[in-house]
Order: sequence, then structure tokens, then C-alpha cells
Amino acid sequence: MHSLWLIPIFPLVGFLINGMLGRRFSKTVINTVAVGSVVLSFLWVLKALSALAPLNETYVEHYFTWISSGTLDIGFDFAIDRLTMVMLLVVTGIGSLIHVYATGYMAHEGGYYRFFAYLNLFMFFMLTLVLAANYVLLFVGWEGVGLCSYLLIGFYFLKKSASDAGKKAFIVNRIGDFGFSLAMFLIVISFGTLDFQKVFAKASTISPEVQYGSITTICLLLLVGAIGKSAQIPLYVWLPDAMEGPTPVSALIHAATMVTAGVYMIARSATLFERAPIAMDVVAYIGLATAVMAATIGLVQNDIKKVYAYSTVSQLGYMFLGCGVGAFSAGIWHVVTHAFFKALLFLGAGSVIHACAGEQDMQKMGGLMKKIPITFAVLFIAAMAIAGVPPLSGHYSKDAILMAAHARAPWMYWVGVVTAGMTAFYVFRSIFLTFFGEYRGKAHPHESPAVMWVPLAVLAVLSLIGGYAFNIPEFLSPVLPMHGGVHDESLATIATAAGLAGILLAAICYLFVPSIPGALASAFAPIYQTLYDKYYVDELYNVSIVKPIANGSREILWKGADVGVFDALVNGAGTTSMALGGLLRKMQSGNLRTYASWVLIGILLVMGGFAVYGGAK
Amino acid sequence: MNLLDITLILPLAAFALVLFLSGDAAKKAAIGFALIIFLVSLGLLGPTLAAPAAMNFESNVAWIDSPAIRYHTGIDGVSIWLILLTTLLTPISMLISWNYIKERVPQFYAYLLLLEFGLIGVFMSLDLFLFYVFWEVCLVPMFLLIGIYGHDRRIYAAVKFFLYTMAGSVLMLVAIVYIYGKAGGTFDYIQILAKLHNGQLHFEPAEQMWLFLAFFIAFAIKVPLFPLHTWLPDAHVEAPTAGSVMLAALMLKMGTYGILRFCLPMFPQAAYNARIPIITLAIIGIIYGALVALVQPNMKKLVAYSSVSHLGFVVLGLFTFDQAGVDGAVYQMIAHGVSTGALFMLVGFLYERNHSLEIKDYGGVATCAPYLSTVFLITTLASVGMPLLNNFVGEFLVLQGAARVNIWWAVFAGLGVILSACYMLWLYQRAFFGPVSHEVEHHVTDLTSREWVTLIPMIALMVWMGIYTQTFLPSISASNTHMLGQVQSKEIANAR
Repeated sequence: MHSLWLIPIFPLVGFLINGMLGRRFSKTVINTVAVGSVVLSFLWVLKALSALAPLNETYVEHYFTWISSGTLDIGFDFAIDRLTMVMLLVVTGIGSLIHVYATGYMAHEGGYYRFFAYLNLFMFFMLTLVLAANYVLLFVGWEGVGLCSYLLIGFYFLKKSASDAGKKAFIVNRIGDFGFSLAMFLIVISFGTLDFQKVFAKASTISPEVQYGSITTICLLLLVGAIGKSAQIPLYVWLPDAMEGPTPVSALIHAATMVTAGVYMIARSATLFERAPIAMDVVAYIGLATAVMAATIGLVQNDIKKVYAYSTVSQLGYMFLGCGVGAFSAGIWHVVTHAFFKALLFLGAGSVIHACAGEQDMQKMGGLMKKIPITFAVLFIAAMAIAGVPPLSGHYSKDAILMAAHARAPWMYWVGVVTAGMTAFYVFRSIFLTFFGEYRGKAHPHESPAVMWVPLAVLAVLSLIGGYAFNIPEFLSPVLPMHGGVHDESLATIATAAGLAGILLAAICYLFVPSIPGALASAFAPIYQTLYDKYYVDELYNVSIVKPIANGSREILWKGADVGVFDALVNGAGTTSMALGGLLRKMQSGNLRTYASWVLIGILLVMGGFAVYGGAK
Repeated sequence: MNLLDITLILPLAAFALVLFLSGDAAKKAAIGFALIIFLVSLGLLGPTLAAPAAMNFESNVAWIDSPAIRYHTGIDGVSIWLILLTTLLTPISMLISWNYIKERVPQFYAYLLLLEFGLIGVFMSLDLFLFYVFWEVCLVPMFLLIGIYGHDRRIYAAVKFFLYTMAGSVLMLVAIVYIYGKAGGTFDYIQILAKLHNGQLHFEPAEQMWLFLAFFIAFAIKVPLFPLHTWLPDAHVEAPTAGSVMLAALMLKMGTYGILRFCLPMFPQAAYNARIPIITLAIIGIIYGALVALVQPNMKKLVAYSSVSHLGFVVLGLFTFDQAGVDGAVYQMIAHGVSTGALFMLVGFLYERNHSLEIKDYGGVATCAPYLSTVFLITTLASVGMPLLNNFVGEFLVLQGAARVNIWWAVFAGLGVILSACYMLWLYQRAFFGPVSHEVEHHVTDLTSREWVTLIPMIALMVWMGIYTQTFLPSISASNTHMLGQVQSKEIANAR
């Protein structure tokens, strides 16, 4: 036994300690408990991994039976294979860094203990999610991270927009979870178990379905779950709003870890997806559409966190594209590199916001390069990484996905390349607006303390070398066989060129000829406005779903049917009940003890009556 | 006289005694008794769990010779949990009424004890007539609890509750008497089952359907199954907190327990034939209850409608005739008792502080009462089916069982799970988040230690039932396997 259970239990204990006693603790104690528990869990991961190396086979630990009924038997089981290992390292590694950063970022915030308690609880559920050996336990983590996301988005619960955003995230995710649950029911019906190893062993004896069949249905339903969690079309709407949460939360949960759970779940279920070509295509289409759509919105946003939020949606779309074209390991590679550079982008943005006294509007920034040079340096590295500039990390994973996409269908590659160009444009737009030119705000920007910039520096190094150093697809080849895409030098060059072109365009628009963006915006006002208002999707959902449900329930179901019909029918006997009510009122004016006596007498009369009646016969 | 009989008699004795005490003494004596009864009832657990499929602690003596009414009682792996829930929630209901009830104090506690007596009786009766007697016994104290200690429209609600339930149970009584004649002069449930099994007693299909419906309608009103639910919101809103807790946690379960214990085994063919319309109503109830809960301005009404939705899951599970479905239904019965009981307690605590049940009169409670808010959040999460808390297990099994029979049942019922998050989180947001008003800040204080005492067992059960289901599920499953074995007639087997 390698006591894998300790990995999630450390943060759970941290949560319990800080959650129950944190209010009385000093910040130092809270920090020690919160950061310490995550670091311990990181160390335990390292220890378990070194003991289990080279981990060519899945290692399983069974703890106890959770739910059993009839033939259904669901255990509290953890399993670890190379895919889990990658996720564990990302979650605990990045998690530790972000916890450290947060001790600096949140230092002056109220509800300090509550923040770290929630953050630790998140770690517990996220680690349960990746360690789970069956779908239901994965679902436990899945729902749990959603809960923590809800709590942390709504952390500033005095603000209505924050509590609204938290609620929205939870409910939209619930819609996805609905699909996930149905998929689980169908898996039980088809395979009789929810255990990963057993399900995949049985599935691998089945040849791929060409037609619509049960595995296709299962995969499409799993995809519904993944779409909710990983913010893909049409359920992505919660993620941009989720930026109401504190910035370390945006980095950890809404960029590096939780939102990639959908990608992880699809990669975990690769054996099923490979047998459902239709579902695979749907994954690819949704991913591609999301990547493009979110990138176009990202082009025109002014809130620095919103830009990165749409960028996250877009990059998650890339990962889906990778999985959908069969390159699951490339998708996971992008999960890893994205965790590095996107966490860095968010934490760097947090440092910028921190420096500008809470300002998030890039129009009120500018010229920060000299004032916060460390933040500038790390953000610049992150921006180059996401833009796919070689040899930074993003270049490798993005390349792998695009190659596989080209092998599946060249047009997918081309759409991906255009998106890569847009990505480079909006990220560098944010860099230029923030750090170049003259400062346009009123605050007095200052560099963040060391606890904040040291984690940034570590992430910057990872963003620099993370792609070259960690060849994830090769590492994962025992679990997720490589598919598609031979490396093609010319295709790779085109993709890189698209990224560089995006950077160049951004430089022209925001450094050299600053009048261009304004002129473009007024020349194409309707398009600009549509993008700026995010295609009005929230408004559309509100008018077509939210309002009709609320008003229909109130006017038709409650006031119409419930009160007007069902209750009215019952009260048809209303006159009788009113009369009886009057009678009761008279009884009430009597002695206080009479009521109880009435009861007792009544019961005795009934019982006695039977006895006498019985005896007489 | 075995331990089960003692568990039954004690509340009645305590009821009589408490009536003769006054004020504080009555209150303390009642709580003392209720705690003793709980401890005594724990003794039932060991032997019952050892043989959960059989009837344990059986007593079988003649009560009345003619008509032959027997005091025939016993418990299996299902009823044990309902009895323990009763004996646990009775002292808790008393403790939460400590400051709330200021007039006619002894009677209040006496009625709770009488209710406990009736409920235990219902869950242990193995004689149809005895069951009917206990069924009616339960009505009286609840009627008085609502009618005397309730809010402004208490008389209306109490009478509605009484008449509605009464109307149903009269039907059941007629059916019971009919069976008595047909079964050769016995009300004994075990004997009737045996006779049905060996062919001495046989119901023609039409006859079976009428009898089934007579029982089922009585139970469906109690559950309550859509569209027979309109007494419930009124009763809950008007009832004192303790009444709401006992009503939601236990009295509603009398209906689902009745279906499980009597409708399915005695009339399996009729139940099977009627399953499609019943499941349709259950699923409508799940969605309808959730949608109507969504727009309630009153917290108690919201929770009441959520019960309509949750109990729809139970009925759905029972009529799947599937092991997982029925196991899930029973698990959901107990889980709902814990989480909705706790919800009503918490709403009651808010009412005691701020004297309003309207959601709009709250807001910002998280700022002035963080512990109360945390407990409310945990209960909310339990209620919306968060994994690792109690309701998830029941809902998961019910939906799994339903999906096995017809995936569309799971699809539509699953919508209720989404909606539950909508109405509960919206309630939570409006009551607990946002800026705190002067009014709320002034009145809403955090939990007192007495309130903690009542809440800790509830939270502990939510977590325990969510994580270590092995304490509860095997015994429930074994009882249900036994029951389903009786139900599986050749016709049903062929139909599947």
C-alpha cells in the first residue's frame, strides 16, 4: 500500500482545521495550515510516484464499499496511472504555488480563513477527481470542485454580481452533470459496472461503432458533462462571470485545474470515445467552434481578467479539438502547458490589479513596465508561451494538436491556425495596453511582495521550458496511444507564423498606430458591439430559458394550476372545512387541558368500543 | 413483551404522565423520556441488522377476538430505520421548541409523545387493522399541534390536513374490511401474505386493482403525490417548527412506507399494471414541485414544495420494481427525513429570531450569523444531492433503477436534480448573501448551544449517510430483496 488516500486527505484536514478554528487563528497559523497541507500532499505525490515508478500499469487501492445494491457495487477506490500522475503533479504543484501566492494577494482581505479553507477543500475534491478509480467517485470530485468554485466565485458575497456569478456557475454545471449522470446510468446498463478498468476492459472487446449506438450515446452524454465543466459551447457562459472571484481562484480553479477536468474525463474515457466516431467528431467540432468564438470575444474586451477568461475558454476548446481528433495525449499536453502559462497570466494579472489598487480596466492602465518590472517580465513570458512562440511551452502542445487536426481534416488545422493568430493578438494587446505607453490611471503602482512574485517566477520558468522538458505524449503513450499527425515542418512553421503575425498586428495597433483600433471599431460598429457584448448569448438564455421558467412557474404552475385548480378543487369541500373550523374555535375557548383529554378520551373510546363490540359477538 | 413493545408503550406512558405535570417540569420530563426512548430503541438495532430480511421482535397476540384483531408487530431492515428516525427526531423536536412554545406547554410535549407513539406503531404493525388504528392515532396530535400552536391560518390548515388525510384513510378502511371478509376473517398481514402465496386467497385482477387503489390513494395523499399535495404547503406554513419537522421527516414517510409494506406485496399485479400512470405522476411531481418551489416567496412553502419534488423520487423508485430503485427509494425516505427535517429546524430558528418566513425580509444573514449560515449551507447541499451527503445516494440509486427500466424516466426525473440546485441556491443567496439590513443584523444572532445540540446529530447523519452507506444500505437492501421476491409473480416476470 502506498496510502494514496493521504494525498487528498492532507488538504481536507487543512480545510477542517481552518474552517472550524480559523477564525481564532492568526494569519501565520492559517497560512501554515493551508499551504502546508497542500505542500504535504505534493510531497506525498512525489513519494508515491517514486515508489511506483515507472508506473507502466495501473495501481489500484480499495478502501471500502460506498454504495452497493443488487449487482451494482461502487467502491471508494483510488487508482493511479501515468495520466493520473500527470494530473496529480499539475494539481498539487501549481496548487502549492498558487496557495503561496494567495497568502500575499489576500493579505488585506476579510474572511481570510474562509478563503483558505475553501481553497483547501477545492484541492481535496480535485485530487479525489483525478485519483478516482470509477466514474461515481470521479463524479464526487466533479461536483465537489463545482461546489468550491461556487463558494469561491461568490467569496465577496456582499456583492450581488459575485453571488449571482457563483450561483450561475453551479447551475450551469448542474446541467452538464445531468448529462454525466445519465451517462453513468447507461454505462451501468451496458457494462454492469462503473469501475474504469472493468468498463474499459469490456469496451475494448467491442469494435468501433459506425452507427449511432449505446457507446455513442454514452460518450455524447459524458461530453455534455465535460462541456459544462470545461466551459464549452453552449455552456461556457458561467466561466467569464466566474472572474468575480479573487484572482488566485481564477488562476487555480478557472484556468489551471478544475476547468480542465472535462478534458481529463474525456481522455480518461478514451477507450469509449475511440469506439464512438460520431461522438469524437462532435468533441472536435465543439472544441473548434468554442476556440474561435471565445477568441473573437477576447479581441475586444477591456477588463484584463475577462480577456484571459475568454482566452481560457478558447484554449479549452483547443484541448477538446485535440481529444476530438484522437490526439488525447496532445490535449493533456496542452492541459499541462496551459496550466503553466495561464496560471501565470492570471497571477500576473492579479499582480497588476494589486499594483493598480484593484483596477481591472486596461484602459486605465499603461506604462506599468517600469513600475512593476518583475510582473512585466513574467507576463511577457506567459504571453509568448500562449502565442506559440518557439521554444516556449505553448508552442509544443499547440503544434501537436494542430498536426493531429490536420491529419483528421485540413480545414480544422486552418481554423486552428487563424485562432492561434487571434490568440497572439489579444494576449499581446493586453500586454501592450497594460505595460506600454503612459500610465492612464490614478493609483500609485508598486511591485508585489516576494511571496507573490516568487511563485510567478517559478511559473515563468515552467512556461519557458515546460513544453520542451516534458514530452507528455511520449510519457503517456502506454495509457493513451499516439494518434494522427506526423510532425510536418511546413505546417508547424505556418502555425508559428500565425502567432507571430498576431503579435505584430497587436504591436501595430497598440504601439505604433494607436488610432487603428478606434477607427476599426467605429467602421465596423455593429460587429464590434456584438463582440464586445459577447454575441448577446447571456441575454438570449435569459429571454429564452430563465425568464420563461420563472414566470411560467409563478403565473401558470403556482398561481394558475396549484392554487387555481388543484387547491380550489380541494376547497370545493371548503364550506365544510370552514364550518368545522368554526366548531373547533368554539372548542378552543374551553379549559386548557381539555384538548389533551379529548384525545385520550377519544382513543380510549375507540379501543373500548372495539373491545366491547368484539366481546358482544 | 419484548424491547419493541417497550419502545412502543413508553411514549404512551410518557404522554399520560406529562399531561399531569405542569410547565417546566412537563417540558423536562418529556425531553427526558424522549431521550430514554431513543436509547431504548437503539437496542433494536443489533438483532434487526443481524437478520434484516426477517421480522424481528415479533409479537403476535390477540387484541380483540372478534373481529379478529391481533397485536401483531415486528420490524425488518426497513422499518428499523424509520423507527430510529422517529425516536431521534422526537427529542430533537422537543428541544427546538424549548423557547418557542410558551403556552399550553405540557400539552404540546404530550402531543409530540403521542405522535411518537402513533408513528412507532405505524412502522411496526403487521396487522392491517392495528396499522389503521395507529395511522389514525398519528392524525390527532398533528391536528392539534397545527391547530393550537400554529400561525394565523392554523385552523384552516389543520382542518384541511385532517379532512384530506381522513378522506383517504376511509377508503383504506373499507379495503381493509373487505380483505378481512375475503381472507377468511383475519387482518393479519403475514397470514394474508401467506394465503396469497399458497393460493388460499386470490384477488381477481379488477378486484385487486380496486383494493390497490383504495390503499394507494390513502398513501398517496400522505406522501403527497401530485396532484394530491395541496394540503402540505398550508400545513407546513402554519405548523409550529416541531410540527413541520415531524410532518416532513416522518409523517410523509407513512405514505411511502405504506406503499412499500402493503401495496406492493399484497397487490403486486395491480401495482405493476398501474406503474406507468403512477410514475408519470411522480415525475410530474418532481418537476412541478421544483418549479413551484422556485417561485415561492415564503421559506417554509419553498421547503414544502421541495418535499413534493423529493418524495416524487421515492415513489418513482418504489414503482420501478428494481432492486436499486427500491433501495434508493427507502434510502431517500430516511435521507429526506434528515435533511428536510434539518431545513425546517433552521427555518424555524430564523423565524424565532426575525419573526418572518418571507425570504425578502432576510438577506445578509451570512454576515451576522456565520455558523447558522454554514449549517444551512451544508443542509442545502444535502438537499440538492451533493455527493458525500445523504440525498445523493438515494437519488442516484432511484435514477439508476429507473434508467434500467426506462431511460426516459431518469431523463425527466433528472431535471428535478438540476432544478433543486436552482431553488435552493437562490433561496440561499437571497437569505444569506448580500448586504445585511439593520433589522436582520439586530435580530438574527448566531446559533445557541441548545440549537447546536439539535443540529449536530442531523449534520452527522447527513455526512454518515453520504459516506458510509454500509451502515444502512445492506439491511435495507436485504429487506427489499425479500419484498421483491414476494412481488415477482410470473406475470410480472413475463411482462419484463
